[in-house]
Amino acid sequence: MNAPTDPDRWHTRAAGRAARQARAAQALGPQLQGVHVAPEALVSLLEAVIEPGDRVCLEGDNQKQADFLARALTQVDPALVHDLHLVQSVLALPEHLDLFEAGIAAKVDFSFAGPQAARLARMVASGQIRIGAIHTYLELFGRYFTDLTPRVALIAAHSVDEAGHLYLGPNTEDTPPIVEATAFRGGLVIAQVNERVARVPRIDVPADWVDYVVVAPEPNVIEPLFTRDPAQISEVQVLMAMMAIKGIYAEYGVQSLNHGIGFDTAAIELLLPTYGEQLGLKGKICRHWALNPHPALIPAIEAGWVESVHSFGSELGMEEYVRARSDVFFTGRDGSLRSNRAFCQAAGHYACDLFIGSTLQMDLAGNSSTATLGRITGFGGAPNMGADPRGRRHASPAWLKAGAQARQGLSGARGTPRGQKLVVQMVETFREHMQPAFVEHLDAWGLAEQAGMALPPIMIYGEDVTHVLTEEGIANLLLCRNDEEREQAIRGVAGYTPVGIARDARMVENLRDRGVIRRPADLGIDPRQASRQLLAARSMRDLVRASGGLYAPPRRFRNW
Amino acid sequence: MTPAVGTETLQFDFPGERRPLPFEPVLVGVVGSGNLEILIEPAETAGCRITLDTSARGFGAIWAAVLGDFQQRHRLAGVALAMNDMGATPAVVSLRLDQAVAHLRWPAAAAAVGEGE
Repeated sequence: MNAPTDPDRWHTRAAGRAARQARAAQALGPQLQGVHVAPEALVSLLEAVIEPGDRVCLEGDNQKQADFLARALTQVDPALVHDLHLVQSVLALPEHLDLFEAGIAAKVDFSFAGPQAARLARMVASGQIRIGAIHTYLELFGRYFTDLTPRVALIAAHSVDEAGHLYLGPNTEDTPPIVEATAFRGGLVIAQVNERVARVPRIDVPADWVDYVVVAPEPNVIEPLFTRDPAQISEVQVLMAMMAIKGIYAEYGVQSLNHGIGFDTAAIELLLPTYGEQLGLKGKICRHWALNPHPALIPAIEAGWVESVHSFGSELGMEEYVRARSDVFFTGRDGSLRSNRAFCQAAGHYACDLFIGSTLQMDLAGNSSTATLGRITGFGGAPNMGADPRGRRHASPAWLKAGAQARQGLSGARGTPRGQKLVVQMVETFREHMQPAFVEHLDAWGLAEQAGMALPPIMIYGEDVTHVLTEEGIANLLLCRNDEEREQAIRGVAGYTPVGIARDARMVENLRDRGVIRRPADLGIDPRQASRQLLAARSMRDLVRASGGLYAPPRRFRNW
Repeated sequence: MTPAVGTETLQFDFPGERRPLPFEPVLVGVVGSGNLEILIEPAETAGCRITLDTSARGFGAIWAAVLGDFQQRHRLAGVALAMNDMGATPAVVSLRLDQAVAHLRWPAAAAAVGEGE
């Protein structure tokens, strides 16, 4: 190894790592034993190994948070550690933004800021925080391996063993790409763990990729984001789920899919073993999923609908159920779930026939956005799933049918035969408090101006949307031949929103005759039959019962 | 647009000619947030009279459109609907209205008219 004072010009990063390690050894003395850092010495460690201007990944995932490391980072001396450039998926904890108020961090590149969206917008407006860019997950992971490689990664793991190997637990989430990028390009990996054990149940991160480990006083923060109480599913959601199953899933023969978060898609999951069964669709649709372990999927799994589920993360309470269904879920030899956001996003993007999700606003071009004024929420993973993967080459019946519908009658490059992903936006025409989901102009445009963004933060581009599903019907945008038809198709399912009332009634009826718009009656669905009785589980307790007692919902969902 | 606090009472009289067979008053739906209940009963009225108590003020135009479309579907005569709304969306309102009408029975000649869309 070169001496830090005389770095070989081709190994400056490795030399920098060695210099930081030497500083840490000196600063911590006996508080550092091998890779093990005494918790009370954590702030000193961070001051020793992080340099001003460093690019730091402070692991903040959709569910799992390196919260003990985040708290320690807020306590470093800003005279020693400042102007950090944070690169991380999610700004979830108050500490993530406290770093900017304290002058420790200056710039951030991220994907999602849901829980901190309003505060982030205020801090951007006041110049306290600079945003490099807002990404989708895969895009940010891609940049970890190009121009945004972290110098120091602060990660969350479940346990460390005597050999220094890490076990990540069911919520692997984003840890693999973070560690891979950092450890293999001269960076330092610092892990907080919940416990120290003799031997980890499985090795998720090998010891020689990890530089420092600290046992946190409390288990890391983790949020059950994907649990939806079936008791809150409305009849209108049941109706829309019936339309999705009969009018889209069965129509195209969807085999592989991703569901967004929400009650709309939970209703679909809960109708498969009942309504889907009545339609004779078992084994014909919905066999392979890119999905977190949604409790609402339990009845469909138990009824034999589901062959495989690969997950971005996990879901609290589903551990024992997953362990007991290892044919369905990806699990380690130890039996526990192995999730991986990067691979699941890749599966969701390239290997799924269909994405279905909800949104807050959709305009007349079909662009949709969850952005509202005064809140910078970011994107997360939906745009990866809700986009036609133009690099896809393997064929499936659903992909081919959607592609053929979109290209009918076209010639030349645009008419060249290819498939297309089904991207479905499922929205009630009015959200709560009578906010219309269909609008002339997305709030995203105003937010772009307010926050000085280059582009409006559109979640799913209208060009990628193939179907809009509301309680009034399904608009098949693949069959629209020009912008005017697309606009009227969207107005034609926009109900009593101002946008819907302003429809050209004759043109909408014409689109209905052509099958571009299909009402429940056109699908043979009587809205009066949309009863909650159709749900395979109508309460949290039903889900527990369906799992044979294996599912253990977090306390906040135990309402019986 | 945030609805103003306080209730609003609206009344609509629509012409119609489909008179159901005599029936007992029926209550559908529930009074709960985002929901509504509807009492449907026979009335001495030429068409259909709808009285509405709503917790969300300022949506008269949308109610007129939703209820107008409803009556266009069913052309009810001699029927009164009393609605108690707790901020239901038009989708829920339309569903409840159709559920209420599903309880009515029709003379043979009128049975085929106007069922569904």
